[in-house]
Formats: sequence, C-alpha cells, structure tokens
Amino acid sequence: MPRAVGAASKEPSHGYQLRVVQEILLALLAKDASHGYQLRARLQLALGPLAEALNAGQVYVTLARLDKAGLVRAEHVGQSDRPDRKVYALTEDGRARVMAWLDDTSWPKPAPAEFHLKLVAAATAGLGDPVRIVDVQRHAVLANLAEAQRAALAQPDGAAAGLLLEGVVLRLQADLQWLEACARYWSSMTTKGR
Amino acid sequence: MDIGRPLVQTHGLRMDYGHGTGAVHALDAVDLAVAAGETLAIMGPSGCGKSTLLHLLGGLERPSAGEVRLQGERIDHLSERALARLRRDAIGFVFQAFHLMDELTAIENIELPALLAGASPRTARRRATELLDSVGLTDRAAHLPSALSGGQRQRVAIARALSNEPLLVLADEPTGNLDSTATLDVLRLFDDLRATGQTVVIVTHDARIAATADRLISMRDGAFVEETRLTHGSTGRLGALAGLEEG
Repeated sequence: MPRAVGAASKEPSHGYQLRVVQEILLALLAKDASHGYQLRARLQLALGPLAEALNAGQVYVTLARLDKAGLVRAEHVGQSDRPDRKVYALTEDGRARVMAWLDDTSWPKPAPAEFHLKLVAAATAGLGDPVRIVDVQRHAVLANLAEAQRAALAQPDGAAAGLLLEGVVLRLQADLQWLEACARYWSSMTTKGR
Repeated sequence: MDIGRPLVQTHGLRMDYGHGTGAVHALDAVDLAVAAGETLAIMGPSGCGKSTLLHLLGGLERPSAGEVRLQGERIDHLSERALARLRRDAIGFVFQAFHLMDELTAIENIELPALLAGASPRTARRRATELLDSVGLTDRAAHLPSALSGGQRQRVAIARALSNEPLLVLADEPTGNLDSTATLDVLRLFDDLRATGQTVVIVTHDARIAATADRLISMRDGAFVEETRLTHGSTGRLGALAGLEEG
C-alpha cells in the first residue's frame, strides 16, 4: 500500500518547478519593477512552507526567457554589492499576458475518472476488492490531509500562506467525501453479488 | 515525543448484542495497543463498532469476550465500584453532545472531577483556572453552558476531561456538533494534546479531527481494515497538492 512516510529529510536537491511561473512572475512585476531576489521573497511570503522546496534558479532562468520574449525589460543598475544587478520591469506585452491570465477560468483539478475506472476494472475483472482499494486510497489522502492541516495550523493568524493551505485541506476533504461515496457504492455491489 | 510501552491494550476483544440468529457482532476479535503519549484516531462508517470499542476502553461497557488492559492491568473484570473510580481518576471523556452540567458555570464544570476525586477546593480551582486559560476561555469562567457557543462548550468539556490529569483521554465525535470555525478551535486543542504527549483515542467521522492524530485506523464490520502513521515526516507532496509543481 502507499505509505505516508519518508522523504522528510531528503527533498530533491533541485527543488520543484513552479507551474505557470511566467504568468506568476509577470503578475508580481505588475505594480513595480523588481530585482530577482525581491520576486523570490514575495513568492516566499505568499507560499509559506510550500516555498521551501522551490527551485532556486527557476526565477532567474524564467526572467531571462521573459526578457528575450519581450514581456519584461531588464535594466542594469550598477550595484556590485547586491545579489543581482538587474531590475526587471513589465512591458506592454507582458501586462497583456498578465491580464489574459487573470481572465482565464481554467481550473486544474484532480480528475476522478482514473480512480473510478480503476475500481470498475478491479470489480469487473476480479483483480481486487474495490472496497479495499478505496480504503487504501482513503488512508493515502488522509496522510496528505494530516500534513497540509499541520502546516496550516502552524501558520500565524492572518498569513496568506495559511489561506493556500486551507484550500489544500478543503480539496482533500472533498476527495474524501467522494471516496466515501465510492465505498458505499462498491460495498452495496459486493453484497448484492454474494 | 515519548512513545513508550502500551498504555492501553485489547486482546481478542468481542462484543455481541442479542442472541442466536439475531445476534450482532459489534466487535470481532479486536487487538489494539496504544502507546503512552500516542494519539490514535479510529474512523469508520456508522455501526462499524468504533463507539463500542471506545466504551470498552473507558470501562463504560463490558466485553462479551477478550481483555482490556490499562497500564498492563485488566479492567474488564473490575467491580462496578472500581470501574467508576477508574473512570473518574484515570480517564477523561469528551462527547459529541458535551455533557456539561447545565446549572454549573464553566469553571465549576471543569473543577468538578477534581473535587469528586478528593482535591481541595483551592487546588481544584487553581487547576481549573489553568485549564480554562489553556482552552482560551478565561473570560467565560462564570458563564453557564447555556450562555456559551457550541465550540466554547466543547472547549470547556475538553478542559474538564483534563481536570484529573488523566492517563487517557477518550473522545467520541468531538467535532460532531460543531460548525467549521468551532471545529478549527477544537482541532487546535487536539493538536496541542498530541504535542504535549497526552495519550488520546478519538473515534470520529470527521477527517480533520482524525488528521490531528499520530496514527489512524479504519474499521469496518467490527474489525480493523487499514492503519496508517500520520506523523512520520513529510510525504513530500504538499507542493503538488497545492497545484504549485510543474507537470
């Protein structure tokens, strides 16, 4: 069964790649031009504990790409004692891209279809007990919920990152409710089949 | 956290209601060990036997067969009198419906178990004052339960459960009657109990209160079907769950 354990002390050293990082960085530049390290600091404030595993180089690589694409304009400032010497400002094209992102209503969500089809296949082909598969899956989701909730409870009152973690917790609760519906359905089917 | 030898143990625990063909097996040979300092959540659908198990652990009912041990000593054969003393001195109960005394104020409810156990009024009041503070209700000390919200009543009930510094806290659906804001306050208290090393067993439908525990067990039809440790470090999945990660 999938275990909830391990991996605490050894995050992959390269960290993870942020999704939609171009749009996020452009949006963070919409108010004022900034250094790369200032953008990183703003991301860290918004993401709290989730920022710890961010890939350190991704912000800088992405800013270089945005510069090349004409979405930001990099200006060199002569400060040799700073971590970086470039200040990035949003261009008109960059601002248009940010506005398009704000208007986009696509909503990435975990699709239940795969798990549903797994249960149907397990029951139809006699590959396994669907109720048992649901139990194991439920515990994996609960382990995730426990981690997200502990992180949320550890946030100081009013922290923006607490709101993000609450979103994770609520989504996982919805998943658990659906898994309960799965358990009820497949329990009744198994009983009828006896 | 200090997880030591089992504080509570059951062996071959059975509970049957009724006789003959109409008999219901509420518990079917349950073996359980809860370590001192551990918090355990037991989940399962209505009628799976989880409340029955909690009642047997707390000496509120006697099993049809099998053993219940607290600190290595069997409690399933104790006299009614000895059981009542054990429940009063060693076990703190938290119920879904709070079960506070309506005619006593918040602080009087909290100090009552200590007074019944023979503590001096001064000692009992001092302890109750500390407990009321720890659940964030110092300014509600003189309120009757009827003047408190559901979440505040449950926090008083949790403080009362801790009045005699129990070996074991047993909680039956502690968030079952609460709205989401009040649930959050109770979640924090249970998270605090885990952090302070209080031994706790919670039976619940509520995933959020279950997720405060060190360990989770699922029950179905009177038996354990799945078990997971929830506090063995990170799953490393938080970034993906938040939708942060590429791919």
